[in-house]
Amino acid sequence: MAWLTEQEAKAKRKTDIGPPHYSKMLPPVISKNYGKWKYHEVFTPGTMVHVAESGDKVYTVRVASPRILATESIRAMLDIADKYCDGYIRWTTRNNVEFMTTREENVPLIKKAAEDAGYPAGGIGSGLSNMVHTQGWVHCHSAAADASGLVKAIMDEVYPYFTEKKLPAKTRLALACCVNMCGAVHCSDLAVVAIHRKVPEINHDLVKNMCEIPTTIGACPTRAISPDPAKKSVKINPDKCMYCGNCFTVCPPIDIHRPEEDGVAIVVGGKVGSLRKGPMFSKLAIPYIKNNPPRWPEVVSAVKNILETYANDARKHERIGEWIDRIGWESFFKKTGIEFTYQHIDDFTFARDTFRTSAAFKW
Amino acid sequence: MKKYETPLLNELEKGPWPSFVKELKKAAKTSEMANDEVGQLEKSFRDKRGYWKHGGIVGVLGYGGGVIGRYSSLPNEFPGVAHFHTVRINQPSGMFYKTDSLRTILDLWDEYGSGLTNMHGSTGDMVLLGCRTEALEPLFAEVTSRGWDLGGSGSALRTPACCVGKARCEWANIDAMDICNDLTQTYQDYVHRPAWPYKFKFKIAGCAVDCVASIARADCSIIGTWKGNIAVDQDVVKDYAKAGMNINAEIVGMCPTGCMSYDGKTLTIDDENCSRCMHCISKMTKALRPTGERGASILIGSKAPIVVGSLLSWVIVPFMKMEPPYTELKELAEKIWEWWDDNAKPRERIGEVIELKGMRSFLEAIGVPPQPQQVLAPRKDPFFFWKDEDLNGKK
Ligand code: HEM
Ligand code: HEM
Ligand code: SF4
Ligand code: SF4
Ligand code: SF4
Ligand code: SF4
Repeated sequence: MAWLTEQEAKAKRKTDIGPPHYSKMLPPVISKNYGKWKYHEVFTPGTMVHVAESGDKVYTVRVASPRILATESIRAMLDIADKYCDGYIRWTTRNNVEFMTTREENVPLIKKAAEDAGYPAGGIGSGLSNMVHTQGWVHCHSAAADASGLVKAIMDEVYPYFTEKKLPAKTRLALACCVNMCGAVHCSDLAVVAIHRKVPEINHDLVKNMCEIPTTIGACPTRAISPDPAKKSVKINPDKCMYCGNCFTVCPPIDIHRPEEDGVAIVVGGKVGSLRKGPMFSKLAIPYIKNNPPRWPEVVSAVKNILETYANDARKHERIGEWIDRIGWESFFKKTGIEFTYQHIDDFTFARDTFRTSAAFKW
Repeated sequence: MKKYETPLLNELEKGPWPSFVKELKKAAKTSEMANDEVGQLEKSFRDKRGYWKHGGIVGVLGYGGGVIGRYSSLPNEFPGVAHFHTVRINQPSGMFYKTDSLRTILDLWDEYGSGLTNMHGSTGDMVLLGCRTEALEPLFAEVTSRGWDLGGSGSALRTPACCVGKARCEWANIDAMDICNDLTQTYQDYVHRPAWPYKFKFKIAGCAVDCVASIARADCSIIGTWKGNIAVDQDVVKDYAKAGMNINAEIVGMCPTGCMSYDGKTLTIDDENCSRCMHCISKMTKALRPTGERGASILIGSKAPIVVGSLLSWVIVPFMKMEPPYTELKELAEKIWEWWDDNAKPRERIGEVIELKGMRSFLEAIGVPPQPQQVLAPRKDPFFFWKDEDLNGKK
């Protein structure tokens, strides 16, 4: 294949056609029973069946993926889909891959083929699904930690909860590599959020030449940046800066990176479904753990500790947030052995709603 | 091709979870771009920092979005990632693919880019990761001539996304995939030409389980619900009990409204007090089914914490019928955008503007009456405004 010339490209290009219509992408059994499903049954964390009013059945094998996929790997998945699924495949919102078939006998074959290719089955029901995450050092300028590396290290450790072991309820893990939180991890059962911790350093000589001052001032969400006319540059008010890195985005000489200070926080107890208690935000469990690539052992063991404390203590069907609500945050810190610090006490927008206004609590 | 030593990344090829390093290296076998991505990433792991620059504007003719500019800050050391832009390809609703159709994209991507992807980005697009500026126009022509298009980025309507809905879920009260596709097609101009104060996202979930997390990450969350009772198949309830389910502890005791009871034989639901939370249905899917009128709740405003704090979406229209061509929904969305555009400063999301200007002025502007379903509780202070029309008894 050769690249299109400019002329050819101009002649060929179309605009505003949108994505292909989904109806062209559906396996026949899905088209036939669209909107007429009766129930589903989960066999194992990697396999389930949906049964339609018509009696038709569709078996699904769900497998993990690292989200970053080479075209070669996707082709290998498509080959499996051609062999066992009549040429159809699906991705889930949490970056898992789903193989669907009407033939029950294909289920173990698909599972084996996917596992041989390196993508294990799991993620359905009361356990872990895939850990959603953002770009990290692989692709983003704001990242205070890598994303894929941390996810790989964590999922290696908690792997049995994806493939076979049960937790009290569905548990959703997520990771964002800076406070912009592209994955919107703020409502996850347990999320890792990478943070910077120091006011960025300004290289005044370069700012003069490389940055537009009003844009730089405008980029700061907390209005911490003001002009520094003497230096033809800007200054940052350290009492207002919350290390978001937006200034670095528009003006690279304001450097936010501090390899020895950057790291991650861990938040817990969020959920998005309205089931039982309704959606909840995740709240701060651990304010800081240093970056320790390539495998971040301190973060991995902190995640494992929280998960296992939850697994041992929660009631059936209780999500992490519901469990903590029942036992109380003071018990959460006691049972997990996590230290409570000044950083845990809110001083942001809705702080006063988080202070205790009752004389009842536990020790 | 340059050969990089990667002792740190090699550690992440070990272990049972699929390895992204293996993926990077697979692409690096044939792509200089992917190879230099590996080289630069190893350096990031050693130095504990990223080496990317924010890109300025790159894109294709006539579009203001769909491509995110990305440049290495070490282009001399790693020329393959000097340009490493992201191309967002709008996914088909529900993320089902016919294999030959997806292969078309893969073949093009091997020719024009790094061979690396994210399946998918967190908004929902297929993300092609790592493209040079001069490849953008020809790649765009190839992709669009085969029936695919770019998704949104910047201060635009972002690519709408949905759950699997009626395609394979018995709980879908609305046709999430069709609504998603319809909104995407109707508002192509808003997706491709950023013209708003900031980004705006639609996410559509078939029920309150919310498998696309719409309530946490969409400016407009559309969540399926129903108005009738929950039908109970008592024989199947007995099967669940026989199979070992502790119905009193797991179902009745966890119902948030206390509207269920079970005497060891019959499961009774006081439907008037059910809040339709989906707990019981999701645990006893063979025995319990919603009945009666179906539609969606429309909620507004959720966003990540940048910058004045995270928001969950707020209910504005508790129930709306959802029949194609979804005229009522579109009229509402257009009123919402108009009010937002008139009232927002740059980079203010709709939820933030509602907080600043007040829910009342928002609801009045979009023509939605006050209803108790919109609040958890009424206000607790006596400081409220009266307008002339309130005093005249019009409202
Ligand atoms: C003000 C807040 C935000 C800023 C400044 C921001 C900035 C960015 C930047 C710079 C990238 C490029 C990363 C790369 O190089 O590939 C990116 C990617 C992305 N962002 Fe955001 N982001 C913000 C919030 C969000 C939120 C809340 C969401 C979703 C709910 C989101 C969704 C995405 C998606 C889907 C991508 C594509 C890459 C991925 O999936 O990880 N962003 N964002
Ligand atoms: C206990 C309550 C829940 C039940 C019974 C439930 C049930 C399901 C079912 C049956 C599916 C498969 C849908 C399909 O693709 O056919 C699914 C997928 C999904 N659910 Fe839930 N869900 C629950 C709660 C949640 C919550 C609270 C979240 C978000 C935090 C969530 C996020 C997802 C996502 C992202 C998917 C897509 C597939 C995947 O996990 O890889 N679910 N859920
Ligand atoms: S969370 Fe931050 S660092 Fe990560 S991709 Fe988004 S903007 Fe970039
Ligand atoms: S890091 Fe963020 S808060 Fe701090 S000065 Fe820069 S833009 Fe402002
Ligand atoms: S949101 Fe509801 S309807 Fe949609 S897939 Fe999830 S459970 Fe099914
Ligand atoms: S849907 Fe929720 S509120 Fe209604 S009966 Fe079931 S558990 Fe109770």
